[in-house]
Amino acid sequence: MDLMSNLALGFSVAATPLNLVYCFIGCLLGTLIGVLPGVGPVATIAMLLPATYALPPVAALIMLAGIYYGAQYGGSTTAILVNLPGEASSVVTTIDGYQMARRGRAGPALAAAGLGSFFAGCVGTMILAAFAPPLTELAFKFGPAEYFSLMVLGLIGAVVLASGSLIKAVAMIILGLLMGLIGTDVNSGVARFSFDIPELTDGVGFVVIAMGVFGYGEIISNLSLPEEDREVFTSGVTGLFPTAEDFKNMIPAVLRGTALGSILGVLPGGGALLAAFAAYTVEKKTKLRPGEVPFGQGNIRGVAAPESANNAGAQTSFIPLLTLGIPPNAVMALMVGAMTIHNVQPGPQVMTSNPELFWGLIASMWLGNLMLIILNLPLIGMWIKLLTVPYRFLFPAIILFCAVGVYSTNNNSFDIWMVAVFGFIGYVFVKLGCEPQPLLLGFILGPMMEENLRRALLLSRGDWTVFVTRPLSGSLLFVALILLVIVLLPSVKSKREEAFVEE
Amino acid sequence: MNIKSQKDFFSGLMFLIIGGGFAFGATSYSVGTAARMGPGYFPLLLGVLLAILGAFVLFFSLVVERPDHDPVGSFAWGPILYVLGANISFGILLVGLPSIGLPSSGLFVSIFVLTLIASKAGDKFILYEVLILGAILSLICYLAFILLLKLQMPMWPVYITG
Repeated sequence: MDLMSNLALGFSVAATPLNLVYCFIGCLLGTLIGVLPGVGPVATIAMLLPATYALPPVAALIMLAGIYYGAQYGGSTTAILVNLPGEASSVVTTIDGYQMARRGRAGPALAAAGLGSFFAGCVGTMILAAFAPPLTELAFKFGPAEYFSLMVLGLIGAVVLASGSLIKAVAMIILGLLMGLIGTDVNSGVARFSFDIPELTDGVGFVVIAMGVFGYGEIISNLSLPEEDREVFTSGVTGLFPTAEDFKNMIPAVLRGTALGSILGVLPGGGALLAAFAAYTVEKKTKLRPGEVPFGQGNIRGVAAPESANNAGAQTSFIPLLTLGIPPNAVMALMVGAMTIHNVQPGPQVMTSNPELFWGLIASMWLGNLMLIILNLPLIGMWIKLLTVPYRFLFPAIILFCAVGVYSTNNNSFDIWMVAVFGFIGYVFVKLGCEPQPLLLGFILGPMMEENLRRALLLSRGDWTVFVTRPLSGSLLFVALILLVIVLLPSVKSKREEAFVEE
Repeated sequence: MNIKSQKDFFSGLMFLIIGGGFAFGATSYSVGTAARMGPGYFPLLLGVLLAILGAFVLFFSLVVERPDHDPVGSFAWGPILYVLGANISFGILLVGLPSIGLPSSGLFVSIFVLTLIASKAGDKFILYEVLILGAILSLICYLAFILLLKLQMPMWPVYITG
């Protein structure tokens, strides 16, 4: 069987000592930042991106991927024990998870989150392995018009699911696209918007934006909030194992969460965050069994389902990246950056030209999930201790790692000023209620979109209808339109706003 | 006319100005036609689009009633200065500033300076704790970046080691 031989190749790559070590480092770091509130995978991957320059591409991508799915594991620990989402995708886990901890059932809650994540991670990886090859086939049929429409769909999808104002999110995307255009135009050689600064003719550095906006911008806004009193359940985590009754309740929830998460992860703009929200909503709608604890008061299903969903979503969001070269969310946008640094052009050709990278990455995810369950369940005590470290020790460390990340690759003093400028801009975005994730996606897609638009219209001799008359491209745009219409429907609109405000 | 949402008012204004700026800048490059796009075509299109969206945001911020006026709130200038200042001093010390002839001061000096400045942004500043933190971070950086990842960075001030 083809899949088997491919997976065998993958495991032979992933199981080399070097790659195992980097997979472990990635998972460890992912758990670490997942546990710590206020540091997300986007900032961490941005920080480590330059540091992976010296590594072989496979090892680098394995490590960066580990950070993303590892963060989904770690996030639940903080959500359950401190009532703070360690990771944005664990927001809904706080609702029932913290209630379980208050009722002395922190152990089973952690176990439900861990086991659910593990199961979902394995399923997600399998889906990735099974569906990536046929999708790649499809991708080869894509012309420039299809790619352009796909990117439009991806960007629309990203904003539909963003919280807050839709129109502001669209504006942030366009701002990102524009910033992506700064620098030398590949077709004409004209340096655009470079203000005669030689460093700007290469464009604004991706790391600079990611680090400034996500790293510094968020640290500043965290610091300007007064430190809350956290109630940490550090002691009393005993009896990790859920009871038989718990298992009966959580298994269907895990299955539903995994299915939902796998689907939503593939969608543009989806990924872990949306998956968790949707899974919790579905669980809330299903009927309570007799004698079951209601939701919001410590129902184990309210922990198991979203945690499974976010991990499955984290895994399957690699599908669009690896098959089409289109990042569905901000973390995947960073992975595009990572691949570019290592001279790997993301897209359908990755599987044929770099099969060891492609299958090695997939196999490493399975190994990584195995490592994570060990890291997170038996070693839970270590992570709990970490939660007692005050923020005043953490943020200088975060600032330092950001700074090292910026200067380690190019000894360029220009970047110092750029990161500072973008740090300030990032803080302004937070203050004005503009979400930076769409900006990052736009920034990555900007040059690609322009190139495909240009080619599509060159082929059609300037006829814009080509985007709707070509069936594949037309249907992609149609889906994007439907998404927009759905969100703008008054009933959905109020629900959507409610959902984001409430949580 | 009253501002109903301060956040939206200022973000709308920001999008309007930036979009207009990009669109205006794009006209200085050759725009071309749809079939033969010049370097100015796509930026002009996006700039105009951004300005229009900004105008919408601005308009709604003046029309749609909000209960609390959605204030932007005051800027946390303290954290801004310390966090960005720590970053800038770290960069200057580690890379050096060739324009004024300042050589690199090396990783360890830079780490301590960054930790000292950054810690000022927190609500508690206890000097000996900060120094211990600096030492721990120096050790971690040495292990992670120099030994493990083999990044090329000067460790000690160039003017001491020569």
